[in-house]
Amino acid sequence: MTANPSAPAVNRYFGAPVTRNEDPALLTGQALFVDDLVLTEMWHAALLRSPHAHARIESIDVTAARARDGVIAVYTAEDLGDFWQSVPLVVPPPPIPDLVFNKHTQVPLAKDKVRYAGEPVVLVVAESRYVAEDALDDIVVDYATLPVAADLERAAADGAPEVHDGLAGNVAALAHQAKGDYAAAAAEAATVIRRRFTYDHGMAQPMETRGVAAQFDRKTRRLTVWATTQAPASLRGGLAALLGLGERDVRVVAPFVGGGFGSKLLMYYPEELLMPWAALQLGSAVKWIEDRGEHFLATTQARGQIHDAEMALDRDGRILGIKDVFLHDNGAYNPYGLTVPINSQCSILGTYDVPAYDSTFTAVFTNKPIVAPYRGAGRQHGVFVIERLMDIAARELGLDRAEIRRRNLIAADAFPVKHEIIFQDFTALTYDSGNYQPILERALELIGYEKFVAEEQPALRAAGRRVGVGIVNYIEGTGIGPYEGARVQIQANGRVAVATGIGTQGQGHFTSFAQIAADWLGVGVRDVDVTTGDTDQFYWGAGTFASRGAVVAGNAVNHAAAAVHEKAVALAAEHFGCEVAEVVLEDGAARRAGAPGEEIGLGELASLANPMRGAVKPGTEPGLEATRYFGPESGTTASGAHAMIVEVDPETMMIEIKKYVVVHDCGTVINPLLVEGQIHGGVAQGIGNAFYEQLVFDDDAQLLNATLADYLIPTSLDVPRMQLDHTVTPSAHNELGIKGVGEAGALPVGPLFAQALEDALELPARGVDILEIPLSPNRLWELATDASDGAPEGG
Amino acid sequence: MELNGEQRIAAPRQKVWDALNDPRVLKACIPGCESLTQDGDSAFDAIVQAKVGPVRAKFTGRVELTDIRPPESYRISGEGKAGPAGVAKGSADVSLVEDGDGTVLNYVVKADVGGKLAQIGSRLVQSTANKYAADFFARFGDIVTSAVPIEAPAEAPTPAGAVATRAVTPVAQPAAADDANTAHLRRLNWALLAIIVVLIGFILAAH
Repeated sequence: MTANPSAPAVNRYFGAPVTRNEDPALLTGQALFVDDLVLTEMWHAALLRSPHAHARIESIDVTAARARDGVIAVYTAEDLGDFWQSVPLVVPPPPIPDLVFNKHTQVPLAKDKVRYAGEPVVLVVAESRYVAEDALDDIVVDYATLPVAADLERAAADGAPEVHDGLAGNVAALAHQAKGDYAAAAAEAATVIRRRFTYDHGMAQPMETRGVAAQFDRKTRRLTVWATTQAPASLRGGLAALLGLGERDVRVVAPFVGGGFGSKLLMYYPEELLMPWAALQLGSAVKWIEDRGEHFLATTQARGQIHDAEMALDRDGRILGIKDVFLHDNGAYNPYGLTVPINSQCSILGTYDVPAYDSTFTAVFTNKPIVAPYRGAGRQHGVFVIERLMDIAARELGLDRAEIRRRNLIAADAFPVKHEIIFQDFTALTYDSGNYQPILERALELIGYEKFVAEEQPALRAAGRRVGVGIVNYIEGTGIGPYEGARVQIQANGRVAVATGIGTQGQGHFTSFAQIAADWLGVGVRDVDVTTGDTDQFYWGAGTFASRGAVVAGNAVNHAAAAVHEKAVALAAEHFGCEVAEVVLEDGAARRAGAPGEEIGLGELASLANPMRGAVKPGTEPGLEATRYFGPESGTTASGAHAMIVEVDPETMMIEIKKYVVVHDCGTVINPLLVEGQIHGGVAQGIGNAFYEQLVFDDDAQLLNATLADYLIPTSLDVPRMQLDHTVTPSAHNELGIKGVGEAGALPVGPLFAQALEDALELPARGVDILEIPLSPNRLWELATDASDGAPEGG
Repeated sequence: MELNGEQRIAAPRQKVWDALNDPRVLKACIPGCESLTQDGDSAFDAIVQAKVGPVRAKFTGRVELTDIRPPESYRISGEGKAGPAGVAKGSADVSLVEDGDGTVLNYVVKADVGGKLAQIGSRLVQSTANKYAADFFARFGDIVTSAVPIEAPAEAPTPAGAVATRAVTPVAQPAAADDANTAHLRRLNWALLAIIVVLIGFILAAH
């Protein structure tokens, strides 16, 4: 780090395994979450949601609800007046040539027609949540049900029910991107493999569900909104515009948030609009906390794609080209534009040298809840397709799974790798840096691949044990723009305040950003107070998503802390009457090097910078404070490999993960403890996605397992100990050399499970490939039964 | 979604048919039936309270009867709304078949549920439906085979409105067909049976 000219002289904390600044408050129950708020004249809201996935609203009678004791107000779409509108796109589509894009974004309350079961229809505000819920029973809505577009393929077919009237085929987007000449590649290939891959719906289950509390202060005429949002600054700007208020009259606070994973990103969730609007109408405070049952319908879901993919290879197993045509289930609205499917499109190239690529996707509206980014945000599907293709190609060519990967990895001297397709950040997909061979080799070494395949597996199989191994690679595009900012200030009490516009949902920002600032200013990491997600504390920002918080906001903190360092040193030099180069900041004070006793505490120095008399010189600013912004020109590409040895009980198809290895490269590491935590959590969610979690819809698009008793998330017993290692290839796109790691752990678990489980059950030898995620014991049983054309073999 | 089921009742078919046409019997057997009103010649609106795990559903149900062939069979189609708890719709073919000295009641239900009832999960719904069905048939069987006295409306069951009242008094005699058993009322009674069968069917078929 000292080699970096923009780094502080001494790195005491940066790169060290510092325990978290935020943990004492969280572990002792002192941290503020939205539901902890108790405000004056605070009413409570409940929403009547559609029981139908697709229906016309014939009439709504709220008379009885309004008459109920304790009910403050009842609102339908009609009551919203001019506020009712189809909300702006969160992310407009990137400039892909010949792109077809049909915008249909959500509305605060359904009017005329409902498009998914769970869509809000009526808002009730009451003295308590109990009364509000009871009042929902008083409301009579007459629906005329319509044919339902439930199944993805059928929704895309001619004559399917139209989710949005007049939009035949339910096409939300149609995008074609290509590089090289796939047709030529296929023509000269020794073999072309083709498969259909499916990736079914799942969703994030944060410990804290969503919540919004809004308060309109009639005296200051200001609106304050506490929300579990991942993008407070963006929500503030949007709310001000939609409510006709000045941006400075709206404050959005995202306090402690119990997990986001993308599901709390959606700007303009109906509830995020309705509570502030109702608070304005009522001149009071209104709170809504999502219950778990609502979460299954009202919070965005994930995944749902069908890929028809093919890979052309030469006889040595080198990839000549990949062609992929896929359907993406958008749900009923598409506020995120192309974000999820374009991530899938851009993840299929993986860590491999793919000369020709031809990809077309159709995003399809269905009568299901909105599909939006969830930890991986479409990347999982791409990793699944490419890694499964590699496994199948290896089998067809008689190659080892590790060897075919080895032969196709992008060479270390090939970076930056420029693909000719456009990524979600509107720039041409570029891998800025990477070194993939050592990652794969290290993962193979740690899992003991050679020995397992050659010795252990045959011996165990001979003893009747069903054991398998998997090895997969992945890349993760992280740290995209447009920008984030940070303000760093030395306060008169000697403590350092850092504020940034992103929200935080458990990533450890209170620690990682403190580490960056502490080293610059010579203070202890516990003496740095970080504020995230309060738009009165830091005005500008985009949000926490796409594994970008540490990369983009972290570098802004670095710039701002460096600027404060410069100011502090200059003022101290003036104070000491010495050269700037003689001043060091250490132990919370400015000292003149080589002059014992000549020192001034940083708090005192901060007071000197804010004098009551005299004059602050023209061209300077009071205080020891600086605000800086960082906007990377494009994202930075992290990568890694996961390997696993798994045993399957052939009677129950329950699994036991014997060994799990992660080797990853997220560039320079700020805090290895936080990185490990991100990987652990990501793998846990990946395991849920791969083997436990599946949202099951019936033909009427009714969700049939909307409880945590039926939608299984992995418990601590299902998540194995992991052996972690990392390599460091610093990013060339930012001064700190860091890459994002937020989503990495979750990305490759699906194809890893597919590969290891089919290996354990020896399915390929019996003519069965695993071509789908999620799996489950039931599904494994069916696949094994198919393979043996009868009952699966006993153990 | 489709559901088939049958229940053997230890009574002759005519007696089962008559009992099924007795509002007092049905009133006593259907858990949570709050009201029933006729709307048109062969359509009925009913209110039935049901509880499925954490979901308390007050169904406002509407059923229509077709193909009534006493004492053998009929077809019902219905739709029930339960506000925030959800919705149900479907149809059922019900028939009575003589089986020695007993009668087998067969039903084939096609049903769909929506909203919370669909979402709360099949395992809860299944066990609840099993209990509802068992309760209904146990009480129905007891009454038809004269094992227990029934509770019945205080006044003679004539117009539909009277059936919907909640006032009940015990009577010593088992139900018997009487001169109030008009075609009009018979439909009413069938409607009650229809509602419970459809409800059970909806719940059973919810996964």
